[in-house]
Amino acid sequence: MSATLLAVQTLNGLQLGVLLFLIAAGLTLVFGVMDFINLAHGVQYMLGAYLAVAAYQTTGSFWSALLLALVLSLFFGLVLEFFVFRHLYDRDHLDQVLATFGVILFLNEAVKVVWGAAPLSLPIPELLGGSIQLMENLRYPVYRIALIASGLGVAVLLYVLVTRTRIGMLVRAGATNPDIVAALGVNIRRLFMIVFGFGTMLAGFAGIMAAPILSVEPGMGDNLLILAFVVIVIGGIGSIRGAFLAALLIGLVDTLGRSLTTDVARMLLPPAAANDVGPAIASMLIYILMAGVLFFRPSGLFPAGRS
Amino acid sequence: MPTTDFLKNRAVPVVLFVALALIPVYAQVFDDRFVMLFATRILILAIAALSLGFILGLGAMVSFGHAAYLGLGAYAVGILAYHDIWEAWISFPAAILVCAVFAAVTGAISLKTRGVYFIMITLAFGQMAYYTATSLSAYGGDDGLTMWGRSEFFGTSVFSNDTSFYWLVFGTLLAAFLFLKMVAASRFGRVLKGAKQNEARLQAIGIDPFAYRLTAFVIAGVIAGLAGALMANQAEFVAPAYMSWHRSGELIVMVVLGGMGYLHGAIIGAVAYLVLEEVLSGYTQHWRLIFGPLLILVVLYARGGILGAIKGRAP
Repeated sequence: MSATLLAVQTLNGLQLGVLLFLIAAGLTLVFGVMDFINLAHGVQYMLGAYLAVAAYQTTGSFWSALLLALVLSLFFGLVLEFFVFRHLYDRDHLDQVLATFGVILFLNEAVKVVWGAAPLSLPIPELLGGSIQLMENLRYPVYRIALIASGLGVAVLLYVLVTRTRIGMLVRAGATNPDIVAALGVNIRRLFMIVFGFGTMLAGFAGIMAAPILSVEPGMGDNLLILAFVVIVIGGIGSIRGAFLAALLIGLVDTLGRSLTTDVARMLLPPAAANDVGPAIASMLIYILMAGVLFFRPSGLFPAGRS
Repeated sequence: MPTTDFLKNRAVPVVLFVALALIPVYAQVFDDRFVMLFATRILILAIAALSLGFILGLGAMVSFGHAAYLGLGAYAVGILAYHDIWEAWISFPAAILVCAVFAAVTGAISLKTRGVYFIMITLAFGQMAYYTATSLSAYGGDDGLTMWGRSEFFGTSVFSNDTSFYWLVFGTLLAAFLFLKMVAASRFGRVLKGAKQNEARLQAIGIDPFAYRLTAFVIAGVIAGLAGALMANQAEFVAPAYMSWHRSGELIVMVVLGGMGYLHGAIIGAVAYLVLEEVLSGYTQHWRLIFGPLLILVVLYARGGILGAIKGRAP
């Protein structure tokens, strides 16, 4: 593999990692603070992408679509919270799994009814069009760089929010021991709603940012949801820092693995076998990584306190 | 009171199995072949759901990779058939052996973790099995492997006749149910229940639950593997899709939907899930719009799943 290809794949890996972080951040907060398994987090990502496409079709501008879709993502998230999730916080994890699975089925089908089953796309905004020369023989699309930058920006923002503000302190305390936080007179329901709304908006934001480079279709959130769960489990549930590092790790391992494993397999095996085994190992890598991490650290890399 | 005790604990499973036993009669009288094939498919998945319900209900082990055993059992039968070995007395024990080994190895690693970490590590092993199956290009890879026939039973074609195949599946389900019920009532089952409630106390009286959990995990894997071997025979086709995480998720949903407190809850859940899917998809192509909210309503208003609703209280 050449240095250029390696650089491109590293950037692609970062891009996937950032996207995963945006989804995993909300998931790990909701899980860590509210002890709520929200399988519907993936369809909220999908909804963000669809809302962005719909908003673009009416406004014709990426930027107003971005803003509108963010607000609508938050709105739909809070509607779901009010009608369904709110009643599940003190329930068994498996009840939450069943109910949020119902939400997945409903929303995946609903977008199919409203927007059709065919993949849609969102054009890249003019401001971020084209590509720039990063190295000799290496041009990389500006939009993808902007995506990576905005993800890193959100990470910094979250870091400041969680470690430097009062609400962040409550969130951290909530992830460690929610009962004590409630006993100290904090309105835990309101805290839950803020955390949930914020998580929903992050997932929606990921969907909006992904819309121009991935196809917008029903079920697009399902596989990312599984990857996001891999991320939060490796990072340690409730830990933003863990989610960030694990997301980048998963993004890089998955992307680089896909281009490297077949090459490595070819060195060890006859070509025909290598072509079979390579892609399979590449798809497995992140799961092998997760099993390995959990074997040595059964609560992930940065456990947030509550086991 | 023995009668109320009977109503509470025995009536539902007895009615359930009698109803399932009447399906071939119904199919015969009304000449309805579809019902029979559909019921066979339901019962095969019910066997898998039952095995998951066993470790989930008794030991709180939420395996999110349980479909892997369906796939492993199916592939054992399919691959042997590909090499022209059709005898069930060879292929079914092979399926059992493969699943037992896979469950023992992955279980020993997974059981170091708890809660969601356990869910995810079992998913990881399920996905590894899935991707391994996609890489078996000699046996069809992604596209799967078509079996040109069904297993034989000492050279006879019990598997090929729809009615006798139904009875075989029914018998497997009943046997698995009775076996697991016996296990649950034994000392072994009580240790599992104890470990679920309070592991520290159990260790304090000198019992290490790990070996019990692992044994239960292997039992569940083997029974799900049997379901897989039956499934390969029913579809005469084996594919990696049998092992996808969607199927594992479906199995969990079936167990929770039926009600986790009792073993027959998983069977009821499997029947309800698949029948609802079939009926609703007959009305509209967008049946998930109804099915999804229905699941939410069950969680919100029927605590303890369908069984909880039947009994009027959470089990």
